Amino acid sequence: MAVPSGVVSSVVASPVLAHGGDHVAPAQAWGAQTIVPVVLAVALVAAYVAATARYGRRMPRPWRAGRTLAWTTGCALVAVALSPALAVVPGDATRHMVQHLLLGMLAPLALVLAAPVTLLLGAGSPGVRRVVGRVLRARPVHVLSHPVTAAALHVGGLAVLYLTPLYALTTRSAPAHVLVHAHFLLAGYLFAWALAGPDPAPRRPGTATRLVVLVAAGGAHAALAKLLYAHADRLPPGGVHAAADVEAAAQWMYYVGDVAEVLLAVAVLAAWYRAHDTRDVAGARLTAAPPTAAPVAT
Amino acid sequence: MTADLAPTSARRRSAGAAALVGAGVMAAVDEIVFHQVLAWHHFYDRGTPDVALLSDGLLHAAELVALVAGFFLLADLRRRGALVVPAAWSGFFLGAGGFQLVDALVDHKLLRVHQIRYGVDLLPYDLAWTASAVLLLGIGAVLWRRARRAVPARAAA
Repeated sequence: MAVPSGVVSSVVASPVLAHGGDHVAPAQAWGAQTIVPVVLAVALVAAYVAATARYGRRMPRPWRAGRTLAWTTGCALVAVALSPALAVVPGDATRHMVQHLLLGMLAPLALVLAAPVTLLLGAGSPGVRRVVGRVLRARPVHVLSHPVTAAALHVGGLAVLYLTPLYALTTRSAPAHVLVHAHFLLAGYLFAWALAGPDPAPRRPGTATRLVVLVAAGGAHAALAKLLYAHADRLPPGGVHAAADVEAAAQWMYYVGDVAEVLLAVAVLAAWYRAHDTRDVAGARLTAAPPTAAPVAT
Repeated sequence: MTADLAPTSARRRSAGAAALVGAGVMAAVDEIVFHQVLAWHHFYDRGTPDVALLSDGLLHAAELVALVAGFFLLADLRRRGALVVPAAWSGFFLGAGGFQLVDALVDHKLLRVHQIRYGVDLLPYDLAWTASAVLLLGIGAVLWRRARRAVPARAAA
């Protein structure tokens, strides 16, 4: 297998680091660094499935299979994003961007739609439920889970990464790189949870506010992608990538960003659609079948 | 069994939801064809190029959300038996024409945030934009006249 020629000759030799990992020999790359994300993903899926079994025994209705599928998808996307499988993507900047889109947008949305907190509340012991309830009622959580805060952390984090020397730092420092990716995943999860649910988020603002935040965040994300494209010769600062590579990365960011925005809009409006049904239409449908799915109480 | 909305209200809401879809489609055509593919102009051309990119990003994000929201509102009306299909078609054309008219008159001429092209005689372009707006609005108006006699699906059943 030909090793793609990168502009950076990084000192960090970890395939998890998409920026500098391409000079690692494939045989070495497919060792421990493949196994760790896969084992982690399998463990998370196993824990989730075990909890759904407990949920089914305790609650009147079994856990929805679609949510288990969403959790499995989310864990698989994280594992793929951290595995050397990404080496098939040509170009350091492009590979980083694909990793960012998987970790920061698509995986978090899948994980949020799996409603892990609702599962924990249904399957957990009274002690677990008390702790979860206390966390959800904590003021810092309310501030953090406000869509505006979540959007600022999510898109603001990207702006800081691509417009400051932070990006160049992540190609040299493994801890900085790991922290940036942890931030992608956590901020992405926070953003999707704050906007769409289905897990409870006390004091989550109304649908209209959330859609306005989505438009602002989506617009800023699209603008950042075009900014990268337009200034590919000098962004990100430090000149770590060839301009053509950054241009390709910016296009990935723009188009997959669109997909993520539409998916998120569908998630927000689907939640509205379900909630709207039981609230407004119940009276007009006395003769119809009772609603099958009650919205999650917040 | 009757719908939970009066016919007038059902017609108006059907048109409104579809207008969101119509405006979203028109914005997408404008933004994708003229801003991105042809690169004739950006939504806001009076600042730096970076501001122009941000304004395009916001327009693009808004148009995607408007499309999704419009379809969900239509689905909600249909579920409630309150969707008036002729009124929705009228709303679609009124929304598309309305977006085009605002773009042609308010954006280009009144606020002058951008022009359709630069360095050419604008008159044919302005006429084409305004004429397309009038045509779309005309179709919408004709359909609305017909829709005034239409009733929600459930009331008719």
